[in-house]
Amino acid sequence: MALVTYIAADGRATAVELPAGTTVKDGALQNGVEGIIGECGGNAMCATCHVYVDDHWLARLAVIEEVEDALLDDAVSPRRHNSRLGCQIRISDALDGLVVRMPEAQE
Amino acid sequence: MSVLDAAAAPVSDLDPYAEEFLRDPYPRQQQLREAGAVVWLSRHRLWAVTRHEEVDTVLRDPQTYCSSRGVGLADFARETPWRPPSLLLEADPPQHTAARHAITAVLGPRTVREMRQAFESRAQQLVEELVRGGSFDAIHDLAERFPLTAMSDQIGVPQDGREHLLVYGALAFQAFGPRNERTERSLREGEQAAAWVAEHTRLSELRPGGLGARIHASAVEHGFSEQHAELLVRSVLTAGIDTTVIAIGNALWLLARHPEQWAALRDDPSLARTAFEEGIRVETPIQVFCRTTTRAVQLAGVPLAEGDKLLLLLAGANRDPRRWEDPERFEIRRSASGHVGFGAGIHACVGQMIARLEGEAVLSALAARVQTLEPAGEPRRLIHNTLRALSSLPLRVVAR
Repeated sequence: MALVTYIAADGRATAVELPAGTTVKDGALQNGVEGIIGECGGNAMCATCHVYVDDHWLARLAVIEEVEDALLDDAVSPRRHNSRLGCQIRISDALDGLVVRMPEAQE
Repeated sequence: MSVLDAAAAPVSDLDPYAEEFLRDPYPRQQQLREAGAVVWLSRHRLWAVTRHEEVDTVLRDPQTYCSSRGVGLADFARETPWRPPSLLLEADPPQHTAARHAITAVLGPRTVREMRQAFESRAQQLVEELVRGGSFDAIHDLAERFPLTAMSDQIGVPQDGREHLLVYGALAFQAFGPRNERTERSLREGEQAAAWVAEHTRLSELRPGGLGARIHASAVEHGFSEQHAELLVRSVLTAGIDTTVIAIGNALWLLARHPEQWAALRDDPSLARTAFEEGIRVETPIQVFCRTTTRAVQLAGVPLAEGDKLLLLLAGANRDPRRWEDPERFEIRRSASGHVGFGAGIHACVGQMIARLEGEAVLSALAARVQTLEPAGEPRRLIHNTLRALSSLPLRVVAR
């Protein structure tokens, strides 16, 4: 299990316990956390689960693959150095305490 | 598979390609789903997988469940495919990865957003014409006409001969089934369409700047030969029109049969996008796809041998009560995200964001302009090996 904190664009924070193996996108959808859409169902197709990952955690994530990289360029909200797709962040115990921030808009 | 393994798993003699199955698939899909997570189909000698969890697992594990041996019943390791295999659909990593990148480089969310205005105005124009007439065939006059004009313009194929795209799409999906009378007939009737499609994968036939030409260029940039670039364009011509036609037709059929859902959409046209998505879940255009095991493996406790074929009943997974509340119900306010109607994993439909935009454009244009939408006669069903589609859907509309 890992505690993951989602911070909405307006600053509202929601912390949820997520089992290892789930994704940041699914964790939000399954717990009613707003601000992540995930329209394509987690297939790295739509860029509507865009999140900004707090710097502390950035280096612990799997590297960005070419498909995710291209999608982040096309996301509706600006891409930053810490942009990732929530569907590509898989929760593990090493991510206990992860903090992600949601952008202003996803679509 | 050994005889012993078969004894460990449920066996069914249901034939997913029998006419009565195709005409009314859901009760029989349910039978298979409830018989077990993995069921041996004795008629076709392969495994049926009908539950959402296992279908999703198989789709997301291309190392174990490959596509290069065909995504229909034919095993390309033993049989010669009817056409050169697709570099996308019928390929595995790393070859598949390169092809996928070449195509996603063109079909990114930004490109899709840029199509919105053209799609919306085309949809409004079409709906305006239909509303004036009062009644129409929603398949021919709307579901076919919209992608054949709006999407074909984007791809950049000439106006003359576009209807071949419908015939060819239906043929390609027919051939994923057994080599039955349906497939033979489609092959016969699709000969001309196949020739037209092959011709229009060539750069010289594609409008400069259109999606087809850009995919061709992207493929060459990614190191593909001219011939392979044409095969990638073929993928868009095969899967980019016909399946969207079917999805739009099915959504219209569902809305016409569920007046309360139509009323909800009419009162809030912003539901158009989720309504289209829900339509794909409930009436999944591509009902089945196959995978082949690359090694001996256990799936839901059932031992599979190397080279076993699995028939994934996508439509069955989309109605699995283990995954969906009240799965038989068409409910446009539901979040249908996570359905496998577009597949999942590395082979998930590469045009799915365009399809959603097309569906949204048509349904929201209708919702904005139409008060009542109702059947004006019996719809005609297409009996097809893979596709769940109508060939005719008479509708009557009253303007708002």
